[in-house]
Amino acid sequence: MNVRRRLAVVVPVFGAITALVLLIAPTLGSTRISLTNVFDTSIPWADNVDAQIFFVARVPRVLAGALVGAALAAAGVVLQALLRNPLATPFTLGVSASAALGAMLAIAFDLDMTVMGAAAVPAASFAGSLVGTAMVYLLATRANKALSTNVLLLAGVTLNTFFSALITFVQYLIDFADWYRTARWLLGNLDVSSFNPILASIPLIGVSFLLFALLPRALNLLTLGEDVAAARGVDIGRAQRIAFLSASFATGAAISLAGPIGFIGVVVPHLVRLLVGSDHRVVLPASILFGAAFLVMCDLIARTVMSPIELPVGIVTAMIGGPVFIWLLLRKS
Amino acid sequence: MKKIALLVCLAWIAIAAPLAQSPPRRIVSLVPAMTEMVFAIGAGDRVIAVSSYDEDPPAVRKLPRVGALLDPDVERIIAMRADLVLLYGSQTDLITQLQRASIPYYEYRHAGLAGVTATIRALGQRVGHVKQAEAVATDIDRRFADLRARSASLKKPRTLLVFSRERGSLRNVYASGGRGFLHDMLEAAGGVNVFGDVTAESVVASSELILSRSPEVILELRATDIPAEPERAAEMSTWSTLASLPAVRNHRLYFLPGRAFVVPGPHVAEGAEAMMRLLHPGK
Repeated sequence: MNVRRRLAVVVPVFGAITALVLLIAPTLGSTRISLTNVFDTSIPWADNVDAQIFFVARVPRVLAGALVGAALAAAGVVLQALLRNPLATPFTLGVSASAALGAMLAIAFDLDMTVMGAAAVPAASFAGSLVGTAMVYLLATRANKALSTNVLLLAGVTLNTFFSALITFVQYLIDFADWYRTARWLLGNLDVSSFNPILASIPLIGVSFLLFALLPRALNLLTLGEDVAAARGVDIGRAQRIAFLSASFATGAAISLAGPIGFIGVVVPHLVRLLVGSDHRVVLPASILFGAAFLVMCDLIARTVMSPIELPVGIVTAMIGGPVFIWLLLRKS
Repeated sequence: MKKIALLVCLAWIAIAAPLAQSPPRRIVSLVPAMTEMVFAIGAGDRVIAVSSYDEDPPAVRKLPRVGALLDPDVERIIAMRADLVLLYGSQTDLITQLQRASIPYYEYRHAGLAGVTATIRALGQRVGHVKQAEAVATDIDRRFADLRARSASLKKPRTLLVFSRERGSLRNVYASGGRGFLHDMLEAAGGVNVFGDVTAESVVASSELILSRSPEVILELRATDIPAEPERAAEMSTWSTLASLPAVRNHRLYFLPGRAFVVPGPHVAEGAEAMMRLLHPGK
């Protein structure tokens, strides 16, 4: 089956599943609400608790889950191809740790400001991700003009460790209440409770998705090796730069919105590859759709399974993602 | 033979007497709540070192710091020749080391509001200030009895007790669950905790959860002073997203500053009285 025909099957099927999940998720939660009341405009807004639960608490949360899931899954696909390593995740190259460090500093210094409608912690976290991305990029392109994936990987992993040490250092110095807040932030949280953080992150994630659209053919060839790709006329340096920067940008935006939610970026791409094959022209759009649906489902479990207590969504993604991933590894070997 | 027996007895008394529980003179406190208690019962002049988190009373700010729950500095505690270490019951490694060094210690167990006066009385016994401790504890008990009596006949508003959240947003809202001294203080002050049914000290309250519990009053506890006016108004307006909450509609959102809301020490009664003034103004 050629790619166009496969896309014509895969995208509508995955799209339908995602749309279904996005429609159903806001109707379920720890509280029972009446959908008739939600859409009843004759009830004044201030009196309509059901509508507020639906529009203030659930819809932003589901949208945030979809955005973050899509961004992390796509970043995972791109980085696995770029580094030619099936274990690469959006958090491999130092971006996540630098984003987390930004958030830790905002919490530790009790920063109180808003940047373009975003609160201090997400803004600081996104700024941190940019610093991390810039550092890794400069290190990887310093020696020669082309970006070296080996140096990229080593620099990324080293900076990850370095920033993690700084995070531990900050956590050690701050007082106990703030330490608790930082620990909770590191578990991830999609309860954004308004549309502002989502609106702030849509342009950022949108830009990286536009860049992703340039990549699939180059990624297919890169997975075969840089020489093969060059022989087929791919501008390797350009493709690698776009891949690294767009994946980092998407990761930074996702983390600033919801904290570092693990396993999405590794489990979703592999599951999708099992289902649709390894052609990135199909894998990338399918992963974006499936990533959105997967994280929204995990968050639905997180907010209902132990209600009224809510689990951090990172625990659910890891508890589902971990076993699935091991099963995949065993199956492959 | 008798003489020898007498000598042995005397020698034993000479050695054992100082080891018996004479009032401690050099107290190290790793628990801020207990530091405040020791000062409140008039034995503050015997405290020679405190934890990294101690701030009150002001006299402790000049004392050396010897770590805290997770990082107690055992060497310095031993070198300071402490004769009583106030520590957390969960610091088992420290306890083993102190036992080896034959340094007496007192274990703090966190047990809600009732634990506060019980601990004050026990501390009084331990440091030989029984009368003062009894006076402090009785005063706290009396003030709580008074609060309960005054609030008994009043209509108790459903209250959300927030002790932490992200600045400028309603994310990571930490509220008091149905356990712990904050919950007990709220009940005594004539409020009903909206998360009273959750058997935990803290609840991460999502927007949905807060909306469904619809609190009539929201109290935001802050350890330090309340923020200045423009910031205070901005922080309060973040709640307006949840427009259906009775607390938002009736403008019953308050900041409540004080160490009493962080440290379950001798100031808990003042904290509960401040809560009552906001929950039941003029009563």
